[in-house]
Amino acid sequence: MTGYILVFISAILVNNIVFAQFLGICPFLGVSNKVSTSVGMGAAVLFVMTLATTVTWLLYNLVLIPLNIGFMQTVAYILVIAALVQMVEIILKKVSQPLYQALGVFLPLITTNCAVLGVAILVTQKNYNLLQSVVYTIATALGFFLALVIFAGIRERLELYEIPEAMKGAPIALVTAGLLALAFMGFTGLIAVPW
Amino acid sequence: MSAWKEFTKGFIKENPTFVLLLGMCPTLGTTTSSINGLSMGLAATVVLICSNCVISMLKNVIPDKVRIPGFIVVIASFVTVVDLVMQAYLPDLYETLGLFIPLIVVNCIILGRAEAFASKNGVLLSAADGLGIGLGFTMSLTILGSVREILGNGSVFGFQFIPENIDKILLFIMPPGAFIALGFLIAFVNHIKNRKAA
Amino acid sequence: MADKKKLESSFKNMLIVLAAISLVSALAIGFTYTKTKPAAEKVQLEKSKKALEAVLPAFEKLGDKYEAEGCRLTPAYKGEELVGTAVEAVSKKGFGGDVQILVGFDAEGRIHNTAVLSIKETPGLGSNMTNPKFKDQVNGKDPENFKLSVKKDGGDVDAITAATISSRAFLDALNKAVAAYRSGKK
Repeated sequence: MTGYILVFISAILVNNIVFAQFLGICPFLGVSNKVSTSVGMGAAVLFVMTLATTVTWLLYNLVLIPLNIGFMQTVAYILVIAALVQMVEIILKKVSQPLYQALGVFLPLITTNCAVLGVAILVTQKNYNLLQSVVYTIATALGFFLALVIFAGIRERLELYEIPEAMKGAPIALVTAGLLALAFMGFTGLIAVPW
Repeated sequence: MSAWKEFTKGFIKENPTFVLLLGMCPTLGTTTSSINGLSMGLAATVVLICSNCVISMLKNVIPDKVRIPGFIVVIASFVTVVDLVMQAYLPDLYETLGLFIPLIVVNCIILGRAEAFASKNGVLLSAADGLGIGLGFTMSLTILGSVREILGNGSVFGFQFIPENIDKILLFIMPPGAFIALGFLIAFVNHIKNRKAA
Repeated sequence: MADKKKLESSFKNMLIVLAAISLVSALAIGFTYTKTKPAAEKVQLEKSKKALEAVLPAFEKLGDKYEAEGCRLTPAYKGEELVGTAVEAVSKKGFGGDVQILVGFDAEGRIHNTAVLSIKETPGLGSNMTNPKFKDQVNGKDPENFKLSVKKDGGDVDAITAATISSRAFLDALNKAVAAYRSGKK
């Protein structure tokens, strides 16, 4: 049990998917200018990521490996993710129109979120069992969520300041992200991960 | 639009990294040295050219409603081929680039070019477009990789020009340094753009 | 530019086209896989052979691997005589993650040489674990009378400056290797 808790905390703070592993940067830079959209995006990614990793894990271990076509991993995984995102879009449209409207164009973009595909491949590489994969994925998604919301909070404040012309937009956002990454580096060595 | 124009736009006017801000994940994750950045860029360029050509050839065969999944399968196939070839013949590079090789498939540049260009243009133009944008991407990655390697390791392309025992700014080899270096590089490009426009 | 007529998005067309593309893709990838598999396997074998040659005394052939205390051991022979044993050990106490090392013991149980297989330590600090100045300290030493811990902990090894945790992790892995070697010998 402690093992799971340690891995959980480690994935959010020590090995944060955005600040330490460089995955999920595109939506991170693109969506994070308002806290409200960040929360929505973070929640959507959490849902899709967890579902995607579960399905791809099952696909890999129950279909690809037994049939000896492990090399089809990339193709199979990305198709699963694309299909899941499509499915989530359709379901959301029927179940909660306002949420669907709020997320807007960000929902289909989750397909190209490198964090989703990245985590699916990572848990396969690390040979986690299903429960370990799900725990790791949820923690990673929460780490993404945390990074996104913190960043959005800072960016909302930044808009009130005078920034040199050349630094406006992406440059200042990147430098800020760098400082955040530096802060998160303080968590290194915090936890000895058991698996 | 001539093929030459399609080729050159990828370098400056529509540079994917500094102007379009696409493909950020590999840009930050693989530029720990000039060679790593260069290799990542070339791998992505190979995939981009191949997928652009094939998608251009199939543009009238893939029904509109399934074009995104169709493109994705084509791109993912080329990525897997590149992955397998690197595993066998370029093992050291394969280990350094690691997870970012399969992640080429979700590189927004490749899917973006397929959707915006290859699906609407002929094969020759699409190849030129792929080559141009790909090389532009490679150029940006190499530049960023070189900056990080020079500041963080005192070397460039593996050639050490600051002696081992002098302390360098190690931060630039690590994640925060990547963000900061890229931020300032884009600011520099913006500055030049603004100067030209003024 | 005249727009050539596209295939319409009927369900039948969509299914056929996607299936066809997937099939071609699977065939292309499968073909590449079979062509590159021998080379990829050779690369792996070369890597482990080189690592073993680096840490073991001169040998002619390698015996079958076996497990002891959670580590993998590979015996090395010259003719019928056992000249050394290589042990793969992992320490989870690294600063940035697992520290994986390969330790070569000679026939008398002394440490012949070590190789760092995989680490995630801080560049410039813990990453200096691979520096001969640090790791070669234990070469030629017999674990029976050389204490494998940092001087701070009462041992005989000089830690890496400002990287005590990484140094301890290296030695933790080394001690695991020694324990596995001893239990494997019985």
